[in-house]
Amino acid sequence: MSLTIARSERSATTRSPDVRAAAPKGMLAVARRRRQSLQNSRWLLVPALAVVMLLFALPLVRMLWLSLFDPGFTLAHYADFLGSGTYLRVMFNTVALAFNVSMLCVLLGYPVAYAINSTSPSTRRLFLIPVMLPYLTSLMVRTYAWMVLLGTHGMVNNFLSLLGLGPYRLINNSLGVYIGMVHVLLPLMILPIVNAMQNIDIRLVHAAEGLGATRWQAFIRVFAPLSLPGVAAGSCLVFIISLGFFITPALLGALENMTVSMLIENQVGVALNWGFAAAIGIVLLVATMATLALAMLVVKAAGSRMASGGVRLV
Amino acid sequence: MISGRARRSRNDVRTYRVPLVVWIIAGLVLFFLVFPIFVVIPISFSAANFLQFPPKSLSLRWYGAYASGHGWVEATILSAEVAVVASAFATAIGTAAAFGLIRSDFPMKKAIYGALLSPLIVPSIITAIALYFLFAPLHLIDSFAGLVLAHTVLGLPLVVVVVAASLRGFDMAFERAAMSLGAAPWTALRRVTLPLIAPGIATGALLAFLASFDEVVVAIFLSGTNAVTLPKKIWEGVWLEITPVIAAASTVVIAVTVALFTALEVMRRRSESTTGHALR
Repeated sequence: MSLTIARSERSATTRSPDVRAAAPKGMLAVARRRRQSLQNSRWLLVPALAVVMLLFALPLVRMLWLSLFDPGFTLAHYADFLGSGTYLRVMFNTVALAFNVSMLCVLLGYPVAYAINSTSPSTRRLFLIPVMLPYLTSLMVRTYAWMVLLGTHGMVNNFLSLLGLGPYRLINNSLGVYIGMVHVLLPLMILPIVNAMQNIDIRLVHAAEGLGATRWQAFIRVFAPLSLPGVAAGSCLVFIISLGFFITPALLGALENMTVSMLIENQVGVALNWGFAAAIGIVLLVATMATLALAMLVVKAAGSRMASGGVRLV
Repeated sequence: MISGRARRSRNDVRTYRVPLVVWIIAGLVLFFLVFPIFVVIPISFSAANFLQFPPKSLSLRWYGAYASGHGWVEATILSAEVAVVASAFATAIGTAAAFGLIRSDFPMKKAIYGALLSPLIVPSIITAIALYFLFAPLHLIDSFAGLVLAHTVLGLPLVVVVVAASLRGFDMAFERAAMSLGAAPWTALRRVTLPLIAPGIATGALLAFLASFDEVVVAIFLSGTNAVTLPKKIWEGVWLEITPVIAAASTVVIAVTVALFTALEVMRRRSESTTGHALR
């Protein structure tokens, strides 16, 4: 479903420049005014902007304020966070986790996207159901399901004991966190990749083969580079979401798997240290925005529209 | 292999052959994706005192436990109420904003679009504590209103994205035709445009509903003991007890999701067929 959205969005944006080029600006404005109701309806944005300002921007500004004033101006909260080895390790672990999860999602998601994309459009819709279904199922429910599956007396260990193996510790450690997070985020990798692959003209691959490339060469030299924007969009999406992940690592991980989000929750809920929590929040926010900006630069450099369509998906 | 040859015999240049190994990997990954969801459902019908899969005997006792107390039903109702009100707000405000974005030109349009989408990008833990800091002095913590306000801002970008997409894909010829036949702009909008983009609006509304109904992180901070949503209740539950009652509650969540999506799909098909007739 989201795929069709992204596609229609793209076809519309590619159409508009020709229309604009066809008529001088003044004429176009008149024609447009006649053509559609709610023309120049900027005021319709006011309620939405008010909501975002009051319930999103204002709270963030207040959070920034809390992190800097306690009650006088201070950078102590930031110094505490950035000066402590323990907290820096949490930060490093979070970034490493996000990176590894993104890579795992590429490794697992790419073959799925490649296989799905080779089918006819109607079959493709069918294959996308098992991708969309977990994506639409509550995060809490999915994490709970993994707790059930991976516990010491869970299904996986019961099954392994039939084979005379285990029991293994699959939960409350890094393995559990990785399994849970990859499961939650994999659809967000598969969807943008499929989206990008749909736009590849397969005749190019056949042409390469016709010119003497082996199937592997045709894939590596022609198909794979053309699908890269989708991989970039998916990786960026998964990385950014992983950075702020809270529920899954909290339930499936151990203390050494603490992420920045868990640290924040702990500081607000247990330590009641609002200023410090706010400072960590700001650091996490800056990290997220920096990643996003970097990814956008890369995508822009690649000059690809496909990827931005993919990012807009979610 | 066989499927590959069959496809090639159709001589379709737009497709390609996928090695069997890749299909096997893809199949395993897809299995990994859906399997946990299909584990929760049978467990909820188990008769055992503990988690058992596959259940040796079936019963509805955990649904009985779900229905009989400890606030599960109250939490479900509260979640549904919050989701309905928040998604209604988000849909109304978001649809208006999508019209404002698509049908007018002004400087900084991209920046404004970005600002409207920003709640999607910022990690939910940050939104959660920021709202917590704001709401705490306003006594909005642990209240219905607080949850609705928070979930409205989370659902809004979803509505904006989806409705803006369907407005971009909307063929202005329909509206122009209505107006050339004498319809006032407002009438053309109400009688032609809105019905045609209704599936987009419904999808946006549904996504906003689910975003609220499934939301945990913000709810963990904004609800206390009084206004507890279902995901927050499950979150509390998994720390205390891993009994099948949580599986029953989870199955309720899955059922609501699937039911809503089926309803949406049916509605979309019906509207496609009626617009098809209208055009003919």
